[in-house]
Amino acid sequence: MTALADAPEAATDMGEIPSFEVTMRLERYDPDVENPQARWEEFTLTMHGTDRVLDALHKIKWDQDGSLAFRRSCAHGICGSDAMRINGKNRLACKTLLKDLDTSKPITVEPIKGLPVKKDLIVDMEPFFASYREVMPFLITTGNQPSAERLQSAEQRARFDDTTKCILCAACTTSCPVFWTDGQYFGPAAIVNAHRFIFDSRDEGGTQRLQILNDKEGVWRCRTTFNCSEACPRGIEVTKAIAEVKRAIVTRTF
Amino acid sequence: MQTHTYDVVIVGAGGAGMRAALESSGRARTAVVSKLYPTRSHTGAAQGGMCAALANVEEDNWEWHTFDTVKGGDYLVDQDAAEVMAKEAIDAVLDLERMGLPFNRTPEGKIDQRRFGGHTRNHGEAPVRRSCYAADRTGHMILQTLYQQCVKQDVEFFNEFYVFDVILTGDPATDDDVRAAGVVAYELATGEIHVIRAKSIVFATGGAGKVYKTTSNAHTLTGDGMAVAYRRGIPLEDMEFFQFHPTGLAGLGILLSEAARGEGAILRNAAGERFMERYAPTIKDLAPRDIVARSMANEVREGRGAGPNKDYVLLDLTHLEPAHIDAKLPDITEFARTYLGVEPYTEPVPVYPTAHYAMGGIPTNITTQVLRNNTDVVPGLFAAGEVACVSVHGSNRLGTNSLLDINVFGKRAGIAAAEYAATAELVELPEAPQADIEAELVRIRAGAGTENVAAIRKALQESMDLNAQVFRTEDSLIQALKDITALRDRYGRVGVSDRGTSYNTELVEAIELGFLIDLAEVVVVGALARKESRGGHFREDFPDRDDAEFMLHTMAYPTQPGDGVADSTVRLDYKPVVVTRYQPMERKY
Ligand SMILES: Cc1cc2nc3c(=O)[nH]c(=O)nc-3n(C[C@H](O)[C@H](O)[C@H](O)COP(=O)(O)OP(=O)(O)OC[C@H]3O[C@@H](n4cnc5c(N)ncnc54)[C@H](O)[C@@H]3O)c2cc1C
Ligand code: SF4
Ligand code: FES
Repeated sequence: MTALADAPEAATDMGEIPSFEVTMRLERYDPDVENPQARWEEFTLTMHGTDRVLDALHKIKWDQDGSLAFRRSCAHGICGSDAMRINGKNRLACKTLLKDLDTSKPITVEPIKGLPVKKDLIVDMEPFFASYREVMPFLITTGNQPSAERLQSAEQRARFDDTTKCILCAACTTSCPVFWTDGQYFGPAAIVNAHRFIFDSRDEGGTQRLQILNDKEGVWRCRTTFNCSEACPRGIEVTKAIAEVKRAIVTRTF
Repeated sequence: MQTHTYDVVIVGAGGAGMRAALESSGRARTAVVSKLYPTRSHTGAAQGGMCAALANVEEDNWEWHTFDTVKGGDYLVDQDAAEVMAKEAIDAVLDLERMGLPFNRTPEGKIDQRRFGGHTRNHGEAPVRRSCYAADRTGHMILQTLYQQCVKQDVEFFNEFYVFDVILTGDPATDDDVRAAGVVAYELATGEIHVIRAKSIVFATGGAGKVYKTTSNAHTLTGDGMAVAYRRGIPLEDMEFFQFHPTGLAGLGILLSEAARGEGAILRNAAGERFMERYAPTIKDLAPRDIVARSMANEVREGRGAGPNKDYVLLDLTHLEPAHIDAKLPDITEFARTYLGVEPYTEPVPVYPTAHYAMGGIPTNITTQVLRNNTDVVPGLFAAGEVACVSVHGSNRLGTNSLLDINVFGKRAGIAAAEYAATAELVELPEAPQADIEAELVRIRAGAGTENVAAIRKALQESMDLNAQVFRTEDSLIQALKDITALRDRYGRVGVSDRGTSYNTELVEAIELGFLIDLAEVVVVGALARKESRGGHFREDFPDRDDAEFMLHTMAYPTQPGDGVADSTVRLDYKPVVVTRYQPMERKY
């Protein structure tokens, strides 16, 4: 029958959700007008306690100005579409709750920096994906495929777990001052994805990848400013991953 | 306008599309056209796992898996297809491992497996460990791994290209020689139209969850592939069967995987009662989703819901070790913290059913060829993944069977499309194949329409949540149909404020809304005509399964307004279910 005895305290009381006014200050850019130029525009909205920055952007787009352009898909932090600069910091709009920001002042939202702006909050992602592709982000093996799975211990699996979480949102790379001044730098995200394979016990392409990353536009450009780790919405220790790759290049152990 | 020519064009770059591309790109000139960057696809949201009878941790075999799939689907599953899927599951998982997917491991270093709803040993005796997983990010790992392999194979992508039409040489209803000639795509960056000719076309555009308001699906899951095919006269199969996943975060719909219950979490009502013991005494919280979702909705309806409005129930993980939660369920517990401010270590999480999965879709045979009626295929046209209906899920999909479906049938589609392209000639394009969609785009972008896209969509989704969700009745469905008809009329006067050509996301939302309206109508009309309850479709006025009348697949065809069922634009027909080993039995758990 019912298991009343081992039941926890019933019902967390979430109560009424409070509403509040917030001003969103957005950087706009329309490529279709003559002499396109970036400009600021403000929108004032009534929002609720559980709303995220993405909800505010949708409210603007759906009720006030349909031309506002931004990318989004999953709306819960797993597709990597909506990295943007919110109050000067790179975050995912869908994972940033308004109540966690200071709503007494306008909330500024700009496109991520260092990639060409195409329209409003949309940037050209091609250079970002090009760097990713350069590090050979795929399992490299030699010899025959095993007939069943390759064995891997839980410890070996744990060695690269952190960097498997990457959703290629570019929050890290576009928070990096080195990347802002030198668009050729691979950037943290590409290094994170190289790390994911270098430290995978099944992979045999580590040496090749380390050679690529030893390049002048590779890991050595990193100046350990930690912006990337702070920016990562998946909580990946990006700076640590880069440090491990640097160490592997020097010691050739991984 | 630009024209491109390929052997194979794959529409969609989620799990099904990329799995197909990996097969086809090595065999034929292949392009993948996707409205999202591949890694943004919603396959990445899948959490719990992908099942296969590997028997890595306990005895299991593909025949048990087939049985569970058939029973879980309330006997509307085509049993030949389920058998193919369960058999090929084992290679599908091993393929992914060899591609580098970082599965969780057993102490011996093999792929670990865990329990999931409806998967049992020996025909329902007890839950079995069949789901292969990578923490609670299995879909993320599948999507990333497939994309990595696509990078390796240098697969050609058209990213942020929206396919809005499929080019057929005739009317599938009447023309026995009808062939697929290509697709028409809209380039988001520039607003330019592209006609992409190909010998083989594979639709892999995923689901249609945005028909509903409360859903685990992405904003972009608007059923484009289904609607595009349907508008050209291809039927849609079993669309009234929509899966409502029991555990969406209350009020938000964000999913908390069934893996939580697989790892031991328990559903409780406001009084703290483990209410699933009353509804499914044997497997309790791990009963199939339709049963759990209805049980939850029933608890709320009968006043046993939790919270200030008594409108949700609670998912209790507090008896699990925090370390265990962190190792097995890290992402979903973070969702609870981020979006509801609830700490799952110590507090139960408010949950309520959320629209999750379209069991129906474009009908195909087991080689993924698209059917234009009960028996005939359209040569050169293929579909796989959530957009398709093979049908391996029948009236209710088991958890972990979709990641499996996209891999098994995605692979089959890639091979079949490339093989067909190797033997077929390119088909002549009809005159101005882009004309229809171009006219529609111009009407919306440059016309005088004043109806707002978001307002119509909101009204549609709210009506569907209210009238065509977990519980349905004749009255509620007729109300939904009325609402849809009125909204379709308003859609005829829709306009946008963005008149530009670059990244006009408002314009694409308007087109997507048109797809949603068509699909909502098909869902409702199918549900209205199905006067029984089966799997995900529950009619309060007909609470029992009726095998004599309804052990049939629904086939919905477009027709002239007013000519369809209940004055709709949908005509219905039915298709027999393929039964091989298992005679229908009552579904008890
Ligand atoms: C939150 C969540 C958790 C889930 N967990 C599990 C699980 O644990 N196990 C399981 O088996 N299943 C699970 N599922 C179900 C499963 O993830 C999906 O059914 C499956 O991933 C669908 O894959 P797909 O390739 O068919 O579609 P998707 O991955 O959705 O891909 C669709 C693709 O089509 C493209 N596209 C769409 N429309 C167009 C257009 N008009 N033009 C061009 N391209 C277009 C998109 O860009 C995208 O690339 C889950 C689903 C959700 C929502
Ligand atoms: S490492 Fe983190 S911030 Fe960088 S791309 Fe990956 S998920 Fe985004
Ligand atoms: S919308 Fe997917 S990460 Fe924010």
